[in-house]
Amino acid sequence: MTTQMFGAPIRRKEDPRLLTGGGRYLDDLGQHALAAAFVRSPHAHARITDIDVTDAVDVGGIVAIYTWEDLPGKVAEPLPLLIPHPTLTHGRTGYALARDEVNHVGEPVVMVVATDRYLAEDACQRIRVDYELLPVVVGIENARDGAHLVHEDAPGNVAAHMVQETGDVEAALATAPHTLTLDLAIERSACMPMEGKGVYARWNDEDGELRIYSSTQTSTGVRAAVAAKLELPLAKVECIAPDVGGGFGVKIMHPWPEEVLVPWAARLLKREVKWAEDRREHFISSAHERGQLQKVTVGFDDEGRVLGLDVKFWHDNGAYTPYGIIVPIITSTQLLGPYKPGAYRCEFWSLYTNTVLVTPYRGAGRPQGVFAMERTMDAIADYLDLDRAEVRSRNFILPEEMPYDHGLLFQDGRPLKYDSGDFPASLDKLKKLVGWDDFEAYRAEAEAEGRKVGLGIGCYVEGTGVGPYEGGHITIETSGRVNVATGLTTQGQGHQTAFAQIVAQELGVPIEDVHVTTGDTRKMPYAVGTFASRAAVMSGNAIALATRNVKAKALRIAADALEVSEDDLEIVDGVVQVKGAPTTSMPLGTVAVLSNPLRYAFDDAAKAATQFAGTFDPDKPPVADDEEPGLEGRDFYSPTQATFANGMHAAIVETDPVTAEIRILRYCVIHDCGTMINPMIVEGQVHGGVAQGVGGALYERMAYDESGQLLNASFMDFLMPYASEVPHIEADHLETPSPLNPLGIKGAGEAGCIPVSAVIASAIEDAEGFPITSMPISPVELWELRQRHETGELPSLRHHHGQHQTAAAPSRDQEPTA
Amino acid sequence: MIPVQFDYAAPTTLQEALGVLAEAGEDAKVIAGGQSLLPILRMRLNAPEKVVDLGRIEELRGITDEGSHLVIGAMTTYADVLASSAVRDHAALLVEAVKTVADPQIRHRGTVGGALVHADPAGDVGAPALALGAEFVITGPGGERTVPADEFFRDLFETAVGEGELLTRIRVPKHTGWGAHYEKFVRVAHQWSIVAVGATVRVDGGSIAEARVGLTNMGSTPLRATAVEQALVGRPATEEAVREACAAAAEGTDPPSDLNGSADYRRHLATVLTRRAVLAAAGA
Ligand SMILES: Cc1cc2nc3c(=O)[nH]c(=O)nc-3n(C[C@H](O)[C@H](O)[C@H](O)COP(=O)(O)OP(=O)(O)OC[C@H]3O[C@@H](n4cnc5c(N)ncnc54)[C@H](O)[C@@H]3O)c2cc1C
Repeated sequence: MTTQMFGAPIRRKEDPRLLTGGGRYLDDLGQHALAAAFVRSPHAHARITDIDVTDAVDVGGIVAIYTWEDLPGKVAEPLPLLIPHPTLTHGRTGYALARDEVNHVGEPVVMVVATDRYLAEDACQRIRVDYELLPVVVGIENARDGAHLVHEDAPGNVAAHMVQETGDVEAALATAPHTLTLDLAIERSACMPMEGKGVYARWNDEDGELRIYSSTQTSTGVRAAVAAKLELPLAKVECIAPDVGGGFGVKIMHPWPEEVLVPWAARLLKREVKWAEDRREHFISSAHERGQLQKVTVGFDDEGRVLGLDVKFWHDNGAYTPYGIIVPIITSTQLLGPYKPGAYRCEFWSLYTNTVLVTPYRGAGRPQGVFAMERTMDAIADYLDLDRAEVRSRNFILPEEMPYDHGLLFQDGRPLKYDSGDFPASLDKLKKLVGWDDFEAYRAEAEAEGRKVGLGIGCYVEGTGVGPYEGGHITIETSGRVNVATGLTTQGQGHQTAFAQIVAQELGVPIEDVHVTTGDTRKMPYAVGTFASRAAVMSGNAIALATRNVKAKALRIAADALEVSEDDLEIVDGVVQVKGAPTTSMPLGTVAVLSNPLRYAFDDAAKAATQFAGTFDPDKPPVADDEEPGLEGRDFYSPTQATFANGMHAAIVETDPVTAEIRILRYCVIHDCGTMINPMIVEGQVHGGVAQGVGGALYERMAYDESGQLLNASFMDFLMPYASEVPHIEADHLETPSPLNPLGIKGAGEAGCIPVSAVIASAIEDAEGFPITSMPISPVELWELRQRHETGELPSLRHHHGQHQTAAAPSRDQEPTA
Repeated sequence: MIPVQFDYAAPTTLQEALGVLAEAGEDAKVIAGGQSLLPILRMRLNAPEKVVDLGRIEELRGITDEGSHLVIGAMTTYADVLASSAVRDHAALLVEAVKTVADPQIRHRGTVGGALVHADPAGDVGAPALALGAEFVITGPGGERTVPADEFFRDLFETAVGEGELLTRIRVPKHTGWGAHYEKFVRVAHQWSIVAVGATVRVDGGSIAEARVGLTNMGSTPLRATAVEQALVGRPATEEAVREACAAAAEGTDPPSDLNGSADYRRHLATVLTRRAVLAAAGA
């Protein structure tokens, strides 16, 4: 038997290379390319009145300086609106280089190409752009109030307004025994991959061909967009994603202005041109996410069952909407999590502000939605003095109700229909893992020592593996080497391993023989990209199907050669053999030889395949009528809908009674992504996600001032958790297979970060005894909330179980009462 | 994020360095470990025409024992300080503070002199140097002068070191046998102090005989909490006694308000951290 590969926690094949400096990232390529740098707007909203490049022309090594006026044809048109939507009535996109007006700090205005980046930046510094300042819109309140407009022709700063409703919410709320209203807020954050964006273009003038390397999450997308902009035949453009140092969503947006401009300049100058984003550029000219204000009204019965849920939220989409309104649509649908909401209405407004644009960031709208829903669950529990886990479980969709159709449309325009999941079982596991029922005893112990602790919980459901499709292409060489290509890209997820495990298992070959290529349009021109936790589901299943095809072909050829029935054959360790009689066999490499009859002999394998090598039937053509030469298999996977993974997290936090420092003492995860290809990779994904979630809950924010300047646009001021701030993560899994795909898998890439803000808010609220309605939260903010609570401005929870509100145990650091 | 082009000089003696500086005038900038200067140059907040590297001047690096004082060369790195038993024995507060600076990589490049001249109010060595009553030896074209700690820090990023001058060494009075603790409040491990308090105390027969307390990031310069120091003298090293003496730690401070905390919050923290630092220093 071939060793079991599918489901095995094997180490990642790519790690030795990546960990020993063998990776080749965008800026490692094109060492002799010309360098591009950009003059970016220092203002959040202004009209460009003049651009004077005179002083820059003298800088040695300058090759070209471009403004919008220099851009031809389609390059001069607005960038594409990638995902239109009927409710996106006022979608706006920027230009590759600003034309007349700038709408956020960091928008590119002038492009400089020089012999190196130093000189390009010197020239940028000498270019003078005159601006006439316009009123700036920063923050959701200001956008909503509409006193000033980001785009003159987008009234009220509204890009999109959307309502989805199932059932009669007004009636449900009117008749519900209890109702509560919550006002909630979530701050902006950003993906912050270690490697910024980057693009390197090589124009081959003799052949009229363009090769683009981009640090992207979609090489097929970049290829198509650039070909369209540059009006080149698709056949003359290829795009390759080299090793990519993290994406987290920001690199699924495309084409970025630089992805159009760099190839365009390369063609015009007939030179290689490269641009690698620096950190400041990443802060002010890539993309952010998360920022929302929410208003939730919930009606429920005495048992805490939700009867009606009315959600309104205002989503900050930044200056432009090139990626459409995917993020708020996801919030509005995934907010429901594992629960039956009774009647549900969600209305949102996607609003323009003079800030960096907003596109999906790992979790993509879900952390906000989960925050709204989970804060609501905690509020219901507090109102009725019920256990918070119990309230959740009373609202769960039950396993026997699967598949469960919410009657709403998901981000892919298809029904929001959960395929599988066992929420009660997940909650049970979580409660055991964190010691839910013993927590009050622990709290009492801690309080006796003058410590404040709290327990928090958060549940989510994540639609993963959205379409439209991905493909897999397998070729087996005469050496037995198995080449696997899929078109979506890799930015650290371990695809080289997980996909190889699928092939090794399906085909029956050693994993060492399997070599996976991703994100190269030369190898697989049909693909969508890596986002929405879709790679394993989409490419994984496509690769499995392709492998089954190539296996069938191998068995056909081998059966013919060995003169046995296909049904009697199996493939073990790369050898096709007769079941039960393994001496009748031939290696897959030999099958590959047979599959491809040759005229010329250039090595031993080829010699074996020439027309004169063996006996042949003169009445049959060398390649049978219904066959193709070569041992290849190709297939695509295109599901009717997304598959829904889920998870539940719980955390115990400690808040310092004096300094308001917040520490996560324990962090527990129950995760269900269906059948796991490689549990170690899944666990790594969950850990990384939780780490990012901790950042979103406690540290990260985009501090814009009222003039639209980002005050913390460097790693000195923008805080992210280090290993020292990420808690030890205790994770356990449930495997509820998806009935929707051959492998039974669901996505796992984003999961970890989704509920973290909700969980930490829940735990801090439990420690403090007053509502936490805005995340992230810092020590100073918690300290200020405590002061407002002490003065009575901020009400206590109705039924708080901690004792310190009333009879505080003397703490080591309690301040003396003056 | 790339510096403007500059000329580079790497003198091997102090005299040579002073000569290069005198010649280049205000267009020159000294580089020590580069851990503060390089980010500034990369962000083009400063664009010197000449960068003078002190890294090859042997006489500026090292720690020597001069009886009543330890003398620390300006180019002594944080890592050198941490490795020095003399500093541990006679100026433990400095070790405690330096331990909290950044990470090992930065501590191997960053220098005590560079940190002091850079004079970031959130930097971690200023307040301990002040609390320990260090003297600063500054060398210029006209020779050497010694500036006491309370005259060295002038303002935000401003010290007594003038144009064409170099900080060459600091002289730290020995505090042998004193307990020390540096209490640094940060949100993530790798962060400048939001507020920090350095305390070093001499305990004699269960009560505090002498105390020195320095505050980081509670104003435009490092500050010394002299009122607290005085109030601590003669008190037993107990929670209660120390609490009272530290209550006024924030008096007379002028802390900043920023993303990590309001001025009020910082004043609150200063009081709490002072108490924690003193108690820890006293071994309570
Ligand atoms: C990621 C990161 C994290 C950090 N975290 C901390 C932290 O937690 N706490 C902390 O205190 N610091 C921190 N720092 C700053 C670090 O301590 C710096 O090394 C230090 O502030 C400057 O020392 P340097 O030797 O690198 O000086 P440089 O950067 O070389 O110089 C700093 C300034 O001093 C001048 N200068 C240097 N030496 C002399 C001299 N002998 N005479 C006259 N002028 C001189 C230079 O011209 C320059 O203006 C951090 C730095 C980084 C990059």
